[in-house]
Amino acid sequence: MTNETTDRVVKAKLIGRTDFEDMILVPVIAVVAALLLGALTMLLTNVDLATIVRSYVALAVGSFGSLNALSETLTAATPLVLAGLGLALGFRAGLFNIGAEGQILMGGMAAVIFGFSFAGLPSAILLPLSLLAGVLGGALYASIAGWLRATTGAHEVILTIMLNSIAYRLVDFMLSMPAIQKAGRADPISKPVPEAAELPRLLTWIDPNLRVHAGVFLMLAAVIVVYWVLFKSKLGFEFRASGKNPEAARFAGMRSGLIIVSAMAAAGGLAGLAGANQVLGVLGRATPGFSAGIGFTAISVALLGRSHPVGVLIAGLLFGALEAGGRQMQVDAGVSIDLISIIQALIIVFIAAPLLVRAIFPWGFRKAAGSRE
Amino acid sequence: MDVELRGITKRFGEVVANADVNLTIRAGEVLGLLGENGAGKSTLMNVLSGLYRPDEGEILIDGKPVAFDGPGDAIRAGIGMVHQHFMLVPVFSVAENVVLGVEPTGKFDFLDLKTARRQVREINQKYGLEVDPDAKIETLPVGVQQRVEIIKVLFRSADVLILDEPTAVLTPQEVLEFFEIVKALRDAGKALVFITHKLNEILEIADRISVIRAGRIVGEGDPKKLNRKELAEMMVGRPVSFDVIKAPYAPGRDILEVKDVTILRDNDEIAVDHVSLSVKSGEIVGIAGVQGNGQSALIEALTGLRRVASGAVLYLGDDITHASVRARHKMGVAHIPEDRHRAGMIADFTVAENMVLDTYYDERFSSGPQINWKAVNARTAEFTHDFDIRTPSVFAQAGHLSGGNQQKLVVARELSRETKLVVAGQPTRGLDVGSIEYIHQRLVEARDTGDGVLIVSSELDEILALSDRILVMFKGRIVAEFDATKGTVDKGAIGLAMAGVAA
Ligand SMILES: Nc1ncnc2c1ncn2[C@@H]1O[C@H](COP(=O)(O)OP(=O)(O)OP(=O)(O)O)[C@@H](O)[C@H]1O
Ligand SMILES: [Mg+2]
Repeated sequence: MTNETTDRVVKAKLIGRTDFEDMILVPVIAVVAALLLGALTMLLTNVDLATIVRSYVALAVGSFGSLNALSETLTAATPLVLAGLGLALGFRAGLFNIGAEGQILMGGMAAVIFGFSFAGLPSAILLPLSLLAGVLGGALYASIAGWLRATTGAHEVILTIMLNSIAYRLVDFMLSMPAIQKAGRADPISKPVPEAAELPRLLTWIDPNLRVHAGVFLMLAAVIVVYWVLFKSKLGFEFRASGKNPEAARFAGMRSGLIIVSAMAAAGGLAGLAGANQVLGVLGRATPGFSAGIGFTAISVALLGRSHPVGVLIAGLLFGALEAGGRQMQVDAGVSIDLISIIQALIIVFIAAPLLVRAIFPWGFRKAAGSRE
Repeated sequence: MDVELRGITKRFGEVVANADVNLTIRAGEVLGLLGENGAGKSTLMNVLSGLYRPDEGEILIDGKPVAFDGPGDAIRAGIGMVHQHFMLVPVFSVAENVVLGVEPTGKFDFLDLKTARRQVREINQKYGLEVDPDAKIETLPVGVQQRVEIIKVLFRSADVLILDEPTAVLTPQEVLEFFEIVKALRDAGKALVFITHKLNEILEIADRISVIRAGRIVGEGDPKKLNRKELAEMMVGRPVSFDVIKAPYAPGRDILEVKDVTILRDNDEIAVDHVSLSVKSGEIVGIAGVQGNGQSALIEALTGLRRVASGAVLYLGDDITHASVRARHKMGVAHIPEDRHRAGMIADFTVAENMVLDTYYDERFSSGPQINWKAVNARTAEFTHDFDIRTPSVFAQAGHLSGGNQQKLVVARELSRETKLVVAGQPTRGLDVGSIEYIHQRLVEARDTGDGVLIVSSELDEILALSDRILVMFKGRIVAEFDATKGTVDKGAIGLAMAGVAA
């Protein structure tokens, strides 16, 4: 074969038009459509036009309008992206893991307990080890579901939902154990994370109220690592193969049980890291239900990001912005923060139904080519 | 009803699948559409059936131009297609499948299945189809499922029926029955387009033949005046040899020994019943038999995909009865699965990803935990060239390749690594004559360089052309063995053994 043809074959376009439509066009349209429908919802609930405008201005200002807004957006986005990456990994392997919430809780607990148990260690050792404890806590907890799925065939959706409930109660129980509960407190609350185990805040030299912390770097590193795992590593190849066609993966000699357990463990590890990020970077201790629904929102983030690491990053930042901006909206315009949930939900509806988006907004899309024989 | 395609051009990105195609389809006639893998047959028919919209050109029905916005429009205009891969709901009955989407309804919009059943029976009678309207699809053999697809099209009162490689999945007996149906339809005044790679079939059933190459019509012919050789040359553009040239038979040591092996199906029925056989270095052993007599289970067990219930499998003298799939790959066992869509490839993956589906861990393609995609892409480019896989690039989605090119992709992957034993199920299903010739050469090459080759095929001609020894499987047992090294084997005798008539 001549070099020229080889080159042509190898260098042909990497990202096709369809990828572009799926990864960028559909999400953008979905967000715009959701905002419009959000406005419509407000109109229908007798909010006047001026307030609507004011609330969207507040949404923008509160998410990107100031240094503090940016800091809040990043703080809210970090755990969403971390957990979302884990879920994306699982989705790619064909596992619909609903258990990020429980994995966040277990990871967070592990990080807190490790943190205050070895409070004497210097920060350079204690912080990484506490984070690692979080990763392991989440990974082990998720492996239970993976292992049950691989050995008994029980469906991971059911398993992870059950494990979420167990995690909630388990955390409540742990928080009232003398070894964990804060001394002198009757309510369930953990001992505080020692300063040496805290994720350092990054911008306190500008303004002590800026909450953005070193977890942001964890988030960026995780995006790169997950990208590498999925698209460059042998393990990721196995994940994707068994996600797309388990039978062909089996014929190719991949071990489905092993893949299921490792994919769940990897997903749980990232969710556990999200939990550690929360307790070590934001909360400073564990309280009942400190996961605060992040594990569920992360499902939306992973879906919106099309289970692609970069997509998850963008989607996480968007949802972080909605959350930060939503709080501002409530303050400035007096619009209920629930509206933000509605907008988030609408985005998901549009994302989950790309065909719907294509049908309502036909501009810019190629005519569907139809499927192959 | 006559249909005319005028100047049809269809592109997929840079690929021109159809270029300025003119074609006429007439009532009461079977048009045979012939062409290499990837020539553009399916695409052209998808245009005709409204699935794709042509970039240029027009479709005329009885002289009047029409435009289809989807398959619904085409079927309303009387054009229906039976696809290469069936589109039936397995848990529904025949009647339910037939009416799906056009359900007859009675009072209050209730589904009127009674009428549906009656109409199915009427169609049955008219064309001699013999399908039970109440049978569940999943319980029916492939040949009958195909008839359901045909009934579906007839139910929507199509006058033009497009049949895309209908015989690829049929047993020889089913093909005969199928031809009777085609003739009945033709005599009833329907227009039929029949796509196949089997030249005998097209010579037998077609009234007119059009040959398509690289997206263009390159010739028309009268089946009464043409023979296989001429057709093949028209199609491929060069002379094709139907004879396989092999080195003299010189078997070496045993590569594979199967000793008294019993294998169960998923439902614990016996699939393979105390079978013993061997494959030596330098020989091709062909297993003939009607599908469903245990061949698939045997192959799965030999490649580590199915547990062996009793007995032993030896490979180069070592016991591998319980070795994993991966372990066998590493030892040099190649496996061409009989169902490429289900097991041989991942349609959503690129050609390159599919090319290393079971070798990505090899040091040629990865170092440590990382896959070296540069090496993968470069090797894939080589393989696509060597095996003549028609793809716009190594990054093309494998599912977008034509059926035959997908099969070549699987064969290329398996034969391009170090092998000592090649296990192949239906290695040339859906391939054009040129590609069959090529793949047969590669299999013979493997044999001549000392591999053992085990082939399972429902094509008796393929078994006869390739094998040194022929085994016949019936109801899980080897019921006959023929030595093909000394002269040609009697086809009739094999046929009898396949039907279970003891020799
Ligand atoms: N949806 C698609 N996207 C991109 N390329 C396509 C698509 N469909 C078909 N092609 C390309 O168009 C060409 C013609 O394909 P087509 O399926 O029509 O061939 P065919 O004649 O039916 O071959 P076969 O006998 O192997 O089934 C091929 O090169 C194929 O790769
Ligand atoms: Mg085709």
